[in-house]
Amino acid sequence: MSGRPAHTPAPVIETHGLTKVFGRQTAVAGLDLSVPAGSVFGFLGPNGSGKTTTIRMLLGLANATSGSASVLGEDMPRRLDAVLPRVGALVEGPAFYPFLSGTANLHRLDAADPHSQPTTRRQRVAGALERVGLQHAAAKKVKAYSLGMKQRLGLANALLRPRELLVLDEPTNGLDPQGTREVRNLVRSLAAEGITVFVSSHLLAEVEQICTHAAIMRAGQLVAQGTLAALRAAGRPLVVVRTPDAGPARGVLAALGLVPGPAGLVPGPATQAVDDMDGPPVTAQFPSAVDAAPAGTPRAEEIVAALVRGGVRVRGFSMESGSLEDRFVELTGEGFDVVR
Amino acid sequence: MSGESSPEGHGGGWNAPGEEPPAAAPYSAVAHGREGSAPGPVAGLPSGRPGALPDGRPAGAPTARARARTWPFLASELSVMFRRRRTWAMLAALAAVPVLIAVAVRVTGAGSGGEGPAFLDRITHNGLFVVLTALVLCTPLFLPLTVGVVSGDTLAGEAGLGTLRYLLAAPAGRARLLLVKYVGTAVFCAAATSAVLLAGTVAGLALFPSGPVPLLSGDLVDVWTAEGRIVLVGAYVFVSLLGLAAVGLFISTLTDVPVGAMAATVVLAIAAQVLDALPQLDWLHPWLFSHWWLGFADLLRQPVEWTSFGNNAVLQLGYVLVFGALAYGRFATKDVLS
Repeated sequence: MSGRPAHTPAPVIETHGLTKVFGRQTAVAGLDLSVPAGSVFGFLGPNGSGKTTTIRMLLGLANATSGSASVLGEDMPRRLDAVLPRVGALVEGPAFYPFLSGTANLHRLDAADPHSQPTTRRQRVAGALERVGLQHAAAKKVKAYSLGMKQRLGLANALLRPRELLVLDEPTNGLDPQGTREVRNLVRSLAAEGITVFVSSHLLAEVEQICTHAAIMRAGQLVAQGTLAALRAAGRPLVVVRTPDAGPARGVLAALGLVPGPAGLVPGPATQAVDDMDGPPVTAQFPSAVDAAPAGTPRAEEIVAALVRGGVRVRGFSMESGSLEDRFVELTGEGFDVVR
Repeated sequence: MSGESSPEGHGGGWNAPGEEPPAAAPYSAVAHGREGSAPGPVAGLPSGRPGALPDGRPAGAPTARARARTWPFLASELSVMFRRRRTWAMLAALAAVPVLIAVAVRVTGAGSGGEGPAFLDRITHNGLFVVLTALVLCTPLFLPLTVGVVSGDTLAGEAGLGTLRYLLAAPAGRARLLLVKYVGTAVFCAAATSAVLLAGTVAGLALFPSGPVPLLSGDLVDVWTAEGRIVLVGAYVFVSLLGLAAVGLFISTLTDVPVGAMAATVVLAIAAQVLDALPQLDWLHPWLFSHWWLGFADLLRQPVEWTSFGNNAVLQLGYVLVFGALAYGRFATKDVLS
């Protein structure tokens, strides 16, 4: 990674103009991804937005039509043999030999890796199974596993060896709430050990809870990328005032430079539980994202003070930062319209 | 950030209420003790840190070791193959052919009329001819059928299960995977031939008299020499199947649907024999992989006539090289999207 300042660790995954074309369809278009070392990186996007195709290219399963990708500082897929032993992967759902037991499946996949130590295989397989809570089902044939158990077995496969990077494609798919929570805890503990985790998901709540960074894909293109805080802040905060004096309140907020919503608008769940006597709450949006806000943008306490000074009876006040979901929908479009 | 606790103890201690997941922890971050005694694969190993394969290692260093570790992969391939019920069902079906022949001839006492497959009329005189009759029956159809199933399944089967992507991400290496798959199929060819050989010998010796065996050249040889010749015939049949196995491997790289690859391989085996039977195409005959399939009778002469064995071996080797190269050419750059 020439030209990079010495103190900045090289990104664990870096792509430049990564493109994949299937026939006439462009699955991934000019992707410039940068995953910092040690991050838990959420790779978001609606179904069919090119997430799995990107992961396949990163792992050398599919060839890029153009562009370049490097993983752990090595060129992919040219240095695949040196890179992949350091990467644990769960790609597009778990897949196993149904007629073999969980243990036998892991032995099989571990034996496929020429770099893995046969002498420690038994111990590593048992450790990985225990780590995902499958030790009691280890001897069962995989055809008797539930989807959630297969998903755990897939995670165990990714953890067979010490890894520097985990690529997890929809790791909580098919898991029950407890399983989902365990996966979250697992990801956190792995991240705490210094492993970079690259998680693709269309479940925003998932990503919001475990990730430090995220990227959002739409129709094969990267529409946003950065730390989670920055992505959230990019959404404009919303001020919600519960008051019987709707008119004056709107005036005061407008005077502060905020953009009051139309009267009677109920934009979100936070504004729904309202006393009937108050009427609908008054809402106002910040003109720009907080990060980019000019110095004159008022803070919450200043807004309340101004309202009170303006004779508005404030019965409730809240300021909601934009959720990742708002940002996601804003960037990828609403509803069931599949882009392509 | 949620305030949940970790009742299961996986990574317990990382989820204390309000604790943030560490952002951008460097690789050198010390793994704090986890309450579970589980020797996690990350923390419990001697080599235990990410970076067990340091960047600075010489590029060529792991290759020799990696090559040595292809044996465990091959062992694993064979263990997967022979843990499948399908494999044993096919071997049992093959073993049933000589047993059925022996029983049928024994019960009816037939086979002296000069009709039926070669060697059939000799069974009543000497039980060792059961094996030869069975091989004459199995070589054109039953053996290619089972080899077609196994070779067609090699990569298409893994793709169909989805395990192909995990094998390649392991990373198994594409050339290495092809090699292991081909060697595995060859082992199955040997097992299939052996099944016919063993079952035929046992059934023949159990149901019919044995004794000095007349060879095709008219010489009489003792039972042990005859058994040696039968093993030689088995080797001939095994070699005959190697070309088809390579064809099946190539077809298997073309699709993610194992049944399609199996069917295509079996159809090719039959088509080759049909073409071989058309005199108008005699220029093509020496190039068909099935051309020498039934040429093993030459091994039953005194002295052994090796010409057809040699021709067959060269032809099969040619098929292995050509279709092995085609399979590699196709698979090395294939997008694995299954």
